[in-house]
Amino acid sequence: MYRYDSYDQSIVDARVEEFRDQVQRRLTGALTEDQFKPLRLMNGLYLQLHAYMLRVAIPYGTLSGKQMRKLGEIAAKYDRGYGHFTTRQNLQYNWIKLADAPDILAELATVEMHAIQTSGNCIRNISSDQYAGVSADEVADPRPWAELLRQWSSFHPEFTYLPRKFKICVIASDDDRAAMKLHDIGLKLVSKDGVIGAEVYAGGGMGRTPMVAPLIRDFVPEEEIVSYLEACLRVYNRHGRRDNKYKARIKILVHEIGVEEYKRQVEEEFAHMRTLGLNPPVEELNRIRAFFAPPAYETGLSDAMDRSDPAFALWVDRQVAAHKAPGYAIVNISLKPLTGIPGDASAEQIELVATLAERYSLDELRVTHAQNLVLPHVRKVDLYAIWRELEEAGLAEANLDLITDIIACPGLDYCALANARSIPLAQKIAHRFAAAERQAELGELKLKISGCINACGHHHAGHIGILGVDRKGVENFQLSLGGSGAEDASLGQITGPGFSEDGVVDAIEKVTDLYLAQRESGERFLDTYRRLGMKPFKEAIYG
Amino acid sequence: MKILTGNDLVSGDVIWWAGDGWSRQVGDSADVGERGDDLARTEEAALRVVGAYVIDATVSDDGVRPAHIKDRIRALGPTVRPDLTLKPNDADAGNWVI
Repeated sequence: MYRYDSYDQSIVDARVEEFRDQVQRRLTGALTEDQFKPLRLMNGLYLQLHAYMLRVAIPYGTLSGKQMRKLGEIAAKYDRGYGHFTTRQNLQYNWIKLADAPDILAELATVEMHAIQTSGNCIRNISSDQYAGVSADEVADPRPWAELLRQWSSFHPEFTYLPRKFKICVIASDDDRAAMKLHDIGLKLVSKDGVIGAEVYAGGGMGRTPMVAPLIRDFVPEEEIVSYLEACLRVYNRHGRRDNKYKARIKILVHEIGVEEYKRQVEEEFAHMRTLGLNPPVEELNRIRAFFAPPAYETGLSDAMDRSDPAFALWVDRQVAAHKAPGYAIVNISLKPLTGIPGDASAEQIELVATLAERYSLDELRVTHAQNLVLPHVRKVDLYAIWRELEEAGLAEANLDLITDIIACPGLDYCALANARSIPLAQKIAHRFAAAERQAELGELKLKISGCINACGHHHAGHIGILGVDRKGVENFQLSLGGSGAEDASLGQITGPGFSEDGVVDAIEKVTDLYLAQRESGERFLDTYRRLGMKPFKEAIYG
Repeated sequence: MKILTGNDLVSGDVIWWAGDGWSRQVGDSADVGERGDDLARTEEAALRVVGAYVIDATVSDDGVRPAHIKDRIRALGPTVRPDLTLKPNDADAGNWVI
């Protein structure tokens, strides 16, 4: 894992003290709310429905046990005993007191964490593949590039006031586990003639105008990735609309001027950038890369395990993924217990996962955009012990990528922007489809719920997506089918008129029944939908 | 009736104008009539509230009820965490919101 150098630490510490002063001036009235709001947002502090909310950055979703433990301690000490893992691999505290915020940031700084650039019209936390560094199918660990981009984008003076927020994702596998093409810029590391570089996708995103990012360059050599992104951002910064926040994202610019024209302008800017010699030194990338060198895996470990406990065997089959090192496995920890809240974890659960990471996963864990956790380096001989501890803590649900592994934004229960509650609906759906046999029969089915058009719950990318809307003060839910955030990225299509909360659960049942009746061998729900199209599903729903 | 709500500047708690000060209980809300915006400005300047705004509400034997579901959730707390609402011992409290 990357470790701060003295420069990293000093700028984060300085930022804490700067914000402490700003909070003090707000509390004494030296700053009005209009003056203070942009300052607190730059430090991840929102004013939400019930209280202040603090969003903590988890760079590319990677944490050490010590960092995770600190997140749990803060939840217990300053919040109400829990935190919420988000679809951008971050963590949110829902009940923060303004006066405590500087102390919380100071505590985060002691474990090399912060909340900088988790809000505002800047480059946000860089996201990545939760299997980075441990997946056999990647061309390289994407995290050194994600870290390089984190350093490049942190406090970048030219990109502090972009037309709108900007999200970047870096992956390095053909399997896209990070919704890369639904980011403002997505990078996919590839190898060409033995040289590492990146495919660059620009202009993707969800929100009110969802778009899958088109490929704008099929190869940028690794040493020029930063310069190329600088060119992409410059063109956006120059032409992105600042007159209308709903048309200000890069996806609108790329769409309005056209992919070819955007590419042309980027290439022109890139050619100029090349003359400036602004590529970061290769030594710096190598310095960063050294932090992500593969750990010293034990050799001679057995791949065998005792599967005599059926509940354990079920969990292994669902939650454990192949690791590149013999004798090791990747453990997915579900934060979707059937009666729980997607993405929420209590302080005690956070503490437990920190301990498991330290004891069993070479002191490392990951947060996924699907609001689950990952222990990336687990010896197979330790799986049973881990499962026992997870089960005791209510964290052993075996539902990865099944219909109850629901992505849901906080919705109207917490969010001031929301129009409808996402979480109670997620719970009703999970209850309806609770039977393990039924979930297994349905197979991979990604269901995603957003409480408003901003789409934090990624509903556009759900095989089944649900959008909550406000219909004259009453919650209403639109259903969409056929979205995907994976390598076969696509946007869901709305089925028709919306539903009440109970009505949309019934509609989902009709849709899944049709799938089971019509599927061909080996087809996932998404495959059957793509083969049949919307019409039969619409007929099943609306009659 | 019209009532005034916002968040306590220091704690962030949801608060309601009760006529002579702020309350955590929506049931204490006073009808602010046409004075809401002036009150909001005064109270924000006094550093007692942030993000104050006026909403419509009804009053009945069951008490004050904000007109919009969003404000009813603000008044109660998250419906999915009854333990964190203002009525932690009332399992049906969430129904008041709907």
